[in-house]
Amino acid sequence: MEKAIDRTGIKIGMWIFLYSEIILFAGLFVLYAVYFHFYPDDFVAGGLELNRIFGTANTLVLLISSFTVAASITAVSNGKKNHAIGLLLFSLLCGLTFLINKYFEWGAKFHHGLYPNSDYLLDSEPGLQIFFGLYYTITGLHGIHVIIGMVLLAISLVMVINNRVTAERISMLDNSGLYWHLVDLIWIFVFPLFYLVL
Amino acid sequence: MTNNDHSDEHHVLSYRFLATVLAGLIALTGLTVGVSYIDWGFLNVPIALAVASTKATLVLLFFMHIRYEGFTIKVSFITTVFVVAIMISFTFWDVAFR
Repeated sequence: MEKAIDRTGIKIGMWIFLYSEIILFAGLFVLYAVYFHFYPDDFVAGGLELNRIFGTANTLVLLISSFTVAASITAVSNGKKNHAIGLLLFSLLCGLTFLINKYFEWGAKFHHGLYPNSDYLLDSEPGLQIFFGLYYTITGLHGIHVIIGMVLLAISLVMVINNRVTAERISMLDNSGLYWHLVDLIWIFVFPLFYLVL
Repeated sequence: MTNNDHSDEHHVLSYRFLATVLAGLIALTGLTVGVSYIDWGFLNVPIALAVASTKATLVLLFFMHIRYEGFTIKVSFITTVFVVAIMISFTFWDVAFR
């Protein structure tokens, strides 16, 4: 007899983990809010240093990859294995694009002397130091989440190829997808707070 | 409470529907970037956060499937949002009226 799979139970477990992630990032957003309240002018000055084009491009990349991940779950549920493989490969490519963008973005900041403990920042206003401290902490932690999400998606991809993820046993892909959407969700708030609020 | 007998029948969303959600998300991104070039004064942050929350809601409901989940996930998610709201608002009351 087949072992019963409790899909709902597996999903609830994943969600409980995601709640802890939400609260982790919410804590960082509280820090942002409080220091924004104390140093509004420096935060505006810091925000102007960030490149909206990079930010917008990365937002679009993550939104599109979220769509392809959601679509890959549809594909597996409908037994369209090849669609799912293509969609997951594309999602991984999006993740990589995001990281490459981030690399150039951070690289440009470093080039301008905008990194934690740089001579330029140590001589500037405390608000600006805090702004960039938070910028690197939050986008860095988010970047780590992107990498973890890509690892989970890659494992799911291999399992789809090996027929270990199928319409009947989809939880690995389902939960990796949830994680990936959470990464997208966090970016949806990071983007306006750092790049757009002036 | 949860209808466990039927929760195994998972709701599968069509490509077309998911693409519509994506189109909405991209439109809202365009909106929030466009609007950011105008200075709305103290409304800057509320406008940006309102658009972000709308986008987050779309992702949660459809990409993350909450719309189709059972009682447990829905209620526990709302509870988390409530906890986050308490965390943010209580911190802010302290900071703002210190």
